[in-house]
Amino acid sequence: MTKVTMTVNGKTVSKEVEGRTLLSAMLREQLNLTGTHIGCDTSQCGACVVHVNGEAVKSCTMFAAEADGAEVKTIEGMANADGSLSTIQAAFQEHHGLQCGFCTPGMVMSAAALLKDNPKPSEAEVREYLEGNLCRCTGYHNIVKAIMAASGQDVPAVAAE
Amino acid sequence: MPKDGGIGASSKRREDLRFLTGKGKYTDDINLRDQTYAYFIRSDVAHGTINSIDISAAMKMPGVERVFTASDFEGVGGVPCGWQVTDRHGQPMQEPKHPVLAEGKVRHVGDPIAVVVADSLAEARDAAEQVEIDITELPAVLNMKDALNDGATKVHDDLTSNLCYDWGFVEENRDAVDAAIKGAHHVTTLELKNNRLVANPMEPRVAVADFDSSTDEYTLYTTSQNPHVIRLLMGAFVLGIPEHKLRVVAPDVGGGFGAKIYHYAEEAFCTFAAKQIGRPVKWTSSRSEAFMSDAHGRDHVTKIELALDKDGKFLALRTDTHANMGAYLSTFAPSIPTWLHGTLMAGNYTTPLIYVNVKAVFTNTVPVDAYRGAGRPEATFQLERVVDKAAREMGIDPVELRRKNFITEFPYATPVAVEYDTGDYHATMDKLLELSDHAGFEARAATSKANGKLRGFGIAHYIEACGIAPSNLVGQLGARAGLYESATVRVNATGSISVMTGSHSHGQGHETSFAQVVAEMIGIDESQIDIVHGDTAKTPMGMGTYGSRSIAVGGSAMVRATEKIINKARKIAAHLMEASEADIELKDGQFTVAGTDKSVAWGDVTLAAYVPHNYPLEDIEPGLEETAFYDPANFTYPSGAYGCEVEVDPETGKVTVLGFTAADDFGNIINPMIVEGQVHGGLAQGIGQAMIENCAYDDDGQLLSGSYMDYAMPRADDLPMFTVDHSSVTPCTHNPLGVKGCGEAGAIGSPPALVNAVVDALQRAGHDVTHIDMPLSPDRVWAAMNS
Ligand code: FES
Ligand code: FES
Repeated sequence: MTKVTMTVNGKTVSKEVEGRTLLSAMLREQLNLTGTHIGCDTSQCGACVVHVNGEAVKSCTMFAAEADGAEVKTIEGMANADGSLSTIQAAFQEHHGLQCGFCTPGMVMSAAALLKDNPKPSEAEVREYLEGNLCRCTGYHNIVKAIMAASGQDVPAVAAE
Repeated sequence: MPKDGGIGASSKRREDLRFLTGKGKYTDDINLRDQTYAYFIRSDVAHGTINSIDISAAMKMPGVERVFTASDFEGVGGVPCGWQVTDRHGQPMQEPKHPVLAEGKVRHVGDPIAVVVADSLAEARDAAEQVEIDITELPAVLNMKDALNDGATKVHDDLTSNLCYDWGFVEENRDAVDAAIKGAHHVTTLELKNNRLVANPMEPRVAVADFDSSTDEYTLYTTSQNPHVIRLLMGAFVLGIPEHKLRVVAPDVGGGFGAKIYHYAEEAFCTFAAKQIGRPVKWTSSRSEAFMSDAHGRDHVTKIELALDKDGKFLALRTDTHANMGAYLSTFAPSIPTWLHGTLMAGNYTTPLIYVNVKAVFTNTVPVDAYRGAGRPEATFQLERVVDKAAREMGIDPVELRRKNFITEFPYATPVAVEYDTGDYHATMDKLLELSDHAGFEARAATSKANGKLRGFGIAHYIEACGIAPSNLVGQLGARAGLYESATVRVNATGSISVMTGSHSHGQGHETSFAQVVAEMIGIDESQIDIVHGDTAKTPMGMGTYGSRSIAVGGSAMVRATEKIINKARKIAAHLMEASEADIELKDGQFTVAGTDKSVAWGDVTLAAYVPHNYPLEDIEPGLEETAFYDPANFTYPSGAYGCEVEVDPETGKVTVLGFTAADDFGNIINPMIVEGQVHGGLAQGIGQAMIENCAYDDDGQLLSGSYMDYAMPRADDLPMFTVDHSSVTPCTHNPLGVKGCGEAGAIGSPPALVNAVVDALQRAGHDVTHIDMPLSPDRVWAAMNS
């Protein structure tokens, strides 16, 4: 067991973890941040994406100990300070970018990372960036629309209804 | 003007707020005090005899509570099958036992043999390494046709063969169909496969079970599309727990697509073990485990023959299908290639004579059951492929050949035992051609050609049957369950409403769309209405969500219950206003006396029901709560025209889907935004099937596509933006909302449209290619072009 300390959604937390404990497991099981989901065991679905020091990371690919000292942000930390939905979250609701909601936390975290690096992505760039995020419900159509809308671009112009 | 609430409005989904902020409560988010973790040890061979299982070393490992094997399940029933099919000769299907843990033999890779229950998952997994299992491997039964040969290795020693049933439909038509095909001007024949798929909801299955020894009550939290069905099957058939001592909760569920309908061994295991060890037991499937334990879908091999006269009128249709059941019969498996497949073989056409033969076969593979569309995609695929092939053979335009044979008069009784109530197939076809700019195709094809690419356009017109019913009929057909739905509408004193529905949402948005219906009926704000689902302790006995049945059956039950509420509320309002009940009108949440300005608000009436001071107590009871069970008179029949435009790279065989258009008739629509989302998702799964998805076994029965490294899931950059339309509306004639259901259409209509498009592209380029089996991988397409 080693002790790790990190900032999660702005709060400092310290936990004892085993060397093999994944960041995703620590978030879900020790911090009860169950918005980070586990959809696979081969690092391919992206349901577990969080931000570590501002970068999108699949939290199932990182040991908790590796995040010692890091700043971690999860879906639970994405809403505005007053609890209202952030721009990206609101766009997902507005454009029906989610159905069962299981891929959604990872999608929102990936979308946020994309728009930070590329504030006005093309439709093709959005699709390419989401390569590591699987969704079985939406066919991605409305996810792409939501992300385009969140970037302030004209959705009808890029997406046929 | 789009409405901003009620029926027909694209109301934003209220459930999104919790899903978007990480507050959804999925089964794996549930942790009970002092819970243990179950780790399943599964067969790594397809077929074998278990000689011995030694658990002694594992029992001594740290944290281990207990190790279970089949011997712990003596006296426990097998996992039951919910549908008995009768074969061509009037005999019941062969139905093997499906034990919770393998008894003496393993029959597919993933078959559970033993389970370690420990304080932590890591400890359970470590201890599992110490369980010694000695298995003698047997030859694996994989190819369905070989499996039926005399002397073939048997999957189940106690059955007479690997044949589950040989089903003929309609058996009396057999000779007439043969004769019609023999004498026809033209017969088009096609042999094809409907590739095996894995449903892959993004949330893997999970079960958490608890037993309260003070009350003898069990609680099972599970990732299910139908918690009441699980309670019934597991309680009555497997564990012998009476329903009042068993609560099944399916909280937020992360997608189902059929794979979460069935009762699975892991649910029974956790529930059983929780009592045995006196602690809660949790099992969370890994994705690799899901690939070898979730029921698979499709896997049909078919020969289809279509007879036509010289003008292209369809005369007769004959099909011969082998359907893979896998190693055991999953809950609804026998019904999929039969009643959900044979009954759809008329499609949208007036074909007068149809005969469908299906041989269901046991193999050493994971059980196969319903996956989005269930039987109907298989029917549509073969029919729409053979119609396209016939059009090309006879030199008739594929659109025209379809139009020539469309059913235009309703109700229409097909020769395969169903009656379509409404439809307008020309309307959806027109819409498709318009939206896909069919007229401009030749110009686009010329551009592609100039760029060295082959462009093609493919069409499919599908018929769907949703809301399977009525119960007395499905009972005759072998269903061991009813197929009604239920709803309780509980009006609170201040006028807010809780609707307890037997339907279950695992992405479909019922919390929003169901509330829209009740809001419209009463004329109050949607926010006043809560939809409660997924808990047998809270909702009346209901059959759950599959087969696009929620709004057509569950929605109808809710309408009936709400009508009862309104009738009673009207009586109360009449009393309050000292008027005759016949004169009371309800509009916008106000009861008025017709022709006067007298009115009482909804909230005054509901308050009176619970504070009955001024109340007709001699005529009606206090309170305002009603339940309805709705058993539909017929299926509903959505239909639609789907069109796909592709470009094929002749150098590599790579297919690019340039555009996909879906023009559907779903009857009336409650929430267009949600409906469009359902179609998008279905299209992605259908395009996935046609382009990249494939569940493959090697010759030894090893599962080759056992993870996301080998099973290709459609990703965002595999798909185009879709064009979807639902403006063609012929309302269902037999349910109160006139709705038909939209959940599966996308997955049904899209595979044949896509394959037709690729064949079109190749034929236009002069290749003599009439069919390519799915998925249309570059190597297959290239090989077809270069053979
Ligand atoms: S759970 Fe991390 S990528 Fe799938
Ligand atoms: S919304 Fe269900 S997996 Fe994406």
